[in-house]
Amino acid sequence: MEAFVSLASGLSVAIQPMNLLFALIGVLLGTAVGVLPGIGPALTVALLLPITFKLDPAGSIIMFAGIYYGGMYGGSTTAILINTPGESASMATALEGNLMAKAGRGGPALATSAIGSFVAGTFATFGLALLAPYLVDLAVRFGPEDYFALMCVAFVTVSATFGDSPVRGLTSLFIGLALGLVGIDILSGQSRLSFGVPELYDNIEVTTLAVGLFAVGEALYVASRRHVHEEKLEAVRGSLWMTKEDWKRSWKPWLRGTFYGFPIGALPAGGAEIPTFLSYATEKKLTKHPEDFGKGAIEGVAGPEAANNASAAGTLVPLLTLGLPTSATAAMMLAGFQQYGLNPGPLLFAEKPDLVWGLIASLFIANAMLLVLNLPLVGLWVRLLAIPQPWLYAGILVFATMGTIAANPSPVELIMLTVFGVLGFLMRRFDFPIAPVVVGLILGPVAESQLRRALSISLGDPMVLLQSPISATLLAIALIALVLPFVMKGLGRFKAVED
Amino acid sequence: MSSQQRHIDVAGLIIALLLLALAGVVWWDMTKLQLLSPYDVGPKAMPVIVSIGLTVLAIGNGIGALRGNLPDRERLDWKPIILILGGLACLITLIAVGGGFMIGTAILFAATSTAFGRRAFLVDLLIGAVIAVFIYLLFAKLLTLSLPAGPLENLL
Repeated sequence: MEAFVSLASGLSVAIQPMNLLFALIGVLLGTAVGVLPGIGPALTVALLLPITFKLDPAGSIIMFAGIYYGGMYGGSTTAILINTPGESASMATALEGNLMAKAGRGGPALATSAIGSFVAGTFATFGLALLAPYLVDLAVRFGPEDYFALMCVAFVTVSATFGDSPVRGLTSLFIGLALGLVGIDILSGQSRLSFGVPELYDNIEVTTLAVGLFAVGEALYVASRRHVHEEKLEAVRGSLWMTKEDWKRSWKPWLRGTFYGFPIGALPAGGAEIPTFLSYATEKKLTKHPEDFGKGAIEGVAGPEAANNASAAGTLVPLLTLGLPTSATAAMMLAGFQQYGLNPGPLLFAEKPDLVWGLIASLFIANAMLLVLNLPLVGLWVRLLAIPQPWLYAGILVFATMGTIAANPSPVELIMLTVFGVLGFLMRRFDFPIAPVVVGLILGPVAESQLRRALSISLGDPMVLLQSPISATLLAIALIALVLPFVMKGLGRFKAVED
Repeated sequence: MSSQQRHIDVAGLIIALLLLALAGVVWWDMTKLQLLSPYDVGPKAMPVIVSIGLTVLAIGNGIGALRGNLPDRERLDWKPIILILGGLACLITLIAVGGGFMIGTAILFAATSTAFGRRAFLVDLLIGAVIAVFIYLLFAKLLTLSLPAGPLENLL
């Protein structure tokens, strides 16, 4: 088994003391920041990217992986204890989890979510390790036209297929694509949409966009509706430990959640919402204790949490093997790779196997660290939740602005941050999804260069996109995924299961 | 929502117009580019795609606004927004004129905290300044990143 040999060599990279330390810092930072209400893993990585670019690439990427997994754990803690999930993927967890916390069973809710995340994360990371070599073999056969078609699929599924409104999703995507045009075009050396501003010649930084949209936008949004929305923190009362009954009711949902989460995350469809809500609906149907649903059923926490983590690991499959980010967090991870001049994809597996397999192996380690650290430290995480909201958001904004100017010491960069913040605020207010903007900015220029490469090989004949069977199939899938939500209203109504 | 209650959403129409304007800017910018190589579709192709896409989406958003399809919104509280944006503006101005980041950071911290309902501006100004010093030491000494310095930073 090729994968196991590679994984073993990856493990030897991951257990180097420095890398273990990076993984530990990653999971601690990830959980700590993920716990803070309103901050998801995407923003955590975005905030830390600019300040780590002078560190060792392998160590930093291992740290980002730790942050990624840690952010998930932190997010579910917040979902259970305050019922304000920082990201949509934790919404299903919040439904029953918060009810459990209100009923004084917050401890077991946190425990089943932590252990379920560990189980799902471990299985899904194995899935990633087993699947990656096959996908890499497939991906080396891809020509530029096939890559372009694949990116079209990702664009459509991320923005249109599964959202609430395909028009609003596509609008977000095209705003991102337009932002991706800004700067000097590498192939022709001409500047686009730069209006003579020198800072705009080197493209828009993905981190500036993400921090603006997520941190500044969120702060403006929360501040503007403080008068309508109060948060209430549930105290963790009673035992943290799960009873025998809890275990019996949890283990099947964990496995079923993993089974939903990993494949859906691994498809270039993006988003952990679908598997989490599918898992929630399934557990509600299969439970032997239907009377508990609506009052805090442990199955309703165990399943969605497992699905959430499995899909997070699944998202790494297209990211690492194809260089294709399908969520905002994956887009930030890609930005992290690019910051060190690394491009995820089949070439990276061939050129830097140590780094890629070291990263995959350290995912196992991060997962185990989270299980060991999280339950004992839950008291600390809960105390983080008690930071007064004014200081929390003031601190976030200070850190966001400092990180931005540390990376690009220019007032223009801060003006962009503010403009993106206002954009993020408006998008939240009018219910436009944010992830497609980030994916559009980072993937748009890549898609453009693949398209132009394909067309220059074919001497400008656009039929090349349809002559390759892979590309033709992928474009057909993209077209179906684009048309389907308009024809069948309600693909995005998975959220309806909560009623 | 029943169909009788639906009315034209003015904000939605403004969004549609803004998208149309963005499409126009992308298109106008595209016309100034030159095709240099006959073997490349050149730098114009992508802006054309984006501009057409934005135009179509502007129409889509416009139709949605005319039908009143936008999600319901709560009343907006403008004061905190102005406070936060004002704090950011102070920081940007101070950095632009070479005043360093610390004073600006302290103002941003206190302004944001006030926007979230705290009534202790001077205390928060002090806390913000302490955080700024801490971040400066962390960034400049530990991570070897440079932050725009002013008279205060040079003392550290």
